Amino acid sequence: MHERPRHWHQWFLIMAAFAAIAILLVMPLALIFTEAFSQGWAMVQQNLTNPDMLGAIKLTLIVTLITVPVNLLFGILLAWCVTRYEFRGRKLLSTLIDIPFAMSPVVAGLCYLVVYGAQSVVGNWFSGMGVQLMFALPGMVMVTVFVTCPYVARVLIPLMESQGQHEEEAAIILGASGWQAFLYVTLPKIRWALLYGVVLTNARAVGEFGAVSVVSGLIRGQTLTLPLLVQMWNQDYNTVGAFTAAGLLAAMALVTLLLKTVLEWATQHSSDNATEQKTEQDTP
Amino acid sequence: MPLLRTQHSVLPGFTLSFALSVLFICLVILVPLSGLAIHVSQMSWAQYWGVITDPRSLASFRVTLLAAAGASGINAVVGLLLAWVITRYRFPGRRLMDALVDLPFALPTAVAGLTLSALFAANGWLGQWFEAVGISVAYTPLGIMIAMSFTSLPFVVRAVQPVLEDLTPDVEEAAATLGATPMATFTRVILAQLMPALLTGTALAFTRSLGEYGAVIFIAGNMPFETEILSLLVNIRLDEFDYAAASALASVILIASLVLLFGIQLVQSRLTRRWKGH
Repeated sequence: MHERPRHWHQWFLIMAAFAAIAILLVMPLALIFTEAFSQGWAMVQQNLTNPDMLGAIKLTLIVTLITVPVNLLFGILLAWCVTRYEFRGRKLLSTLIDIPFAMSPVVAGLCYLVVYGAQSVVGNWFSGMGVQLMFALPGMVMVTVFVTCPYVARVLIPLMESQGQHEEEAAIILGASGWQAFLYVTLPKIRWALLYGVVLTNARAVGEFGAVSVVSGLIRGQTLTLPLLVQMWNQDYNTVGAFTAAGLLAAMALVTLLLKTVLEWATQHSSDNATEQKTEQDTP
Repeated sequence: MPLLRTQHSVLPGFTLSFALSVLFICLVILVPLSGLAIHVSQMSWAQYWGVITDPRSLASFRVTLLAAAGASGINAVVGLLLAWVITRYRFPGRRLMDALVDLPFALPTAVAGLTLSALFAANGWLGQWFEAVGISVAYTPLGIMIAMSFTSLPFVVRAVQPVLEDLTPDVEEAAATLGATPMATFTRVILAQLMPALLTGTALAFTRSLGEYGAVIFIAGNMPFETEILSLLVNIRLDEFDYAAASALASVILIASLVLLFGIQLVQSRLTRRWKGH
């Protein structure tokens, strides 16, 4: 399908695409780092070691480190459930998981505030136990789990559906336990896709803004994650500081893109290999 | 759980994976959603209607809808162009272009908002050129539209790309041999086959734009009645501790996005069934 462009209108289309990419994507990236370094390296260093910045980095890491394993586990369970069994409500289950993708993050934050806030039954019970859910770390983790829960499942479901379950069935019939079948048969087949799901979940968990801003309460030095710090410093007219925090997040985004490209290639490559092996086996 | 199963599988673990998945979905997704629904249902109809038809709410509906529609329109064109160029031609930088398309999904929305507002400010790298011809972008509805189209750009590209890759060239060749001009081949043959994917991608971009918050609030200027989007108004009502008004407004966004989500999935499954010939 790929051809070398020959006619002038083909070159025109390519140039137009490059212009769109340059204006929409490359210029913003360049601007972030230009602004962050506009007052020199010393200023960047000062911003990076600012207590607010260090606190925000730490909080962002804590939220992400809790969110990613939770959604990894849930994503595997859900994907296993909807791709390995036929049951009533299978379609519904895989539709419900898409809801966080379609919802406005602010609305998501609001839902959690209404259900788990101090005025609610649940929130009230927890504050009786001395645990504050909203405007504190637990609430921020909860909304981040909500916002990022579809990624792992969405990556795994189509792959596991296309791979089928004959090999797992063979393992079970040969006497393997369910865990052994999963660990030694399924896991090696889905490892790249799993990693891909983790990369996507991680990027969104680090960068979530709307939902977290609703439930964080924006308490300086306590409940500010990196994206919230970007907004706070921007409002304080600390433009260089805001762009330094933004630069950290943009660097994470670039690493994400790189990993994503590599992992997509690896997933495709390993599934191509699998189909090749299969056709070799099928033709005696 | 033999009642649920419609076909037996030799693989163990159904009860465990099913029970935990349902529990998770209930706790994380369904309980918060129904909490909002209960909160809204406690309002009287007159109260609810009063919040929704408040002039400031109506203005924010208008701004959000128009900007999201404009952004989806831009993305339908730019997205189709990018998908076309990436799948059809071989040229240096193609892989880089393909990878960069996903940048808006990887870049945190607050970073996108901060950067776009600086880029399109009156003295910004791009804003100065617009200012020279008398157009202000930052702190106007135009800025909102640009922020929305940035964050939802990948949807159209990624929806159209696989379909474009699967198109067989013989149909186009047949059209050309039968005397169709390149333009006619494109609109009558290629575009006709791409339409379902293009519409799906655009609808997804529209859904995302309706709910976009982080990228927009930096560039919007947030003037009530002029550049205030619905998500921001929800947040302002929350800051005023007016949970009832916030929930009522949120229910409007929520219903709109759920209808769009289920509508897109319904249309998609219909179309795939038709393609498979069932």
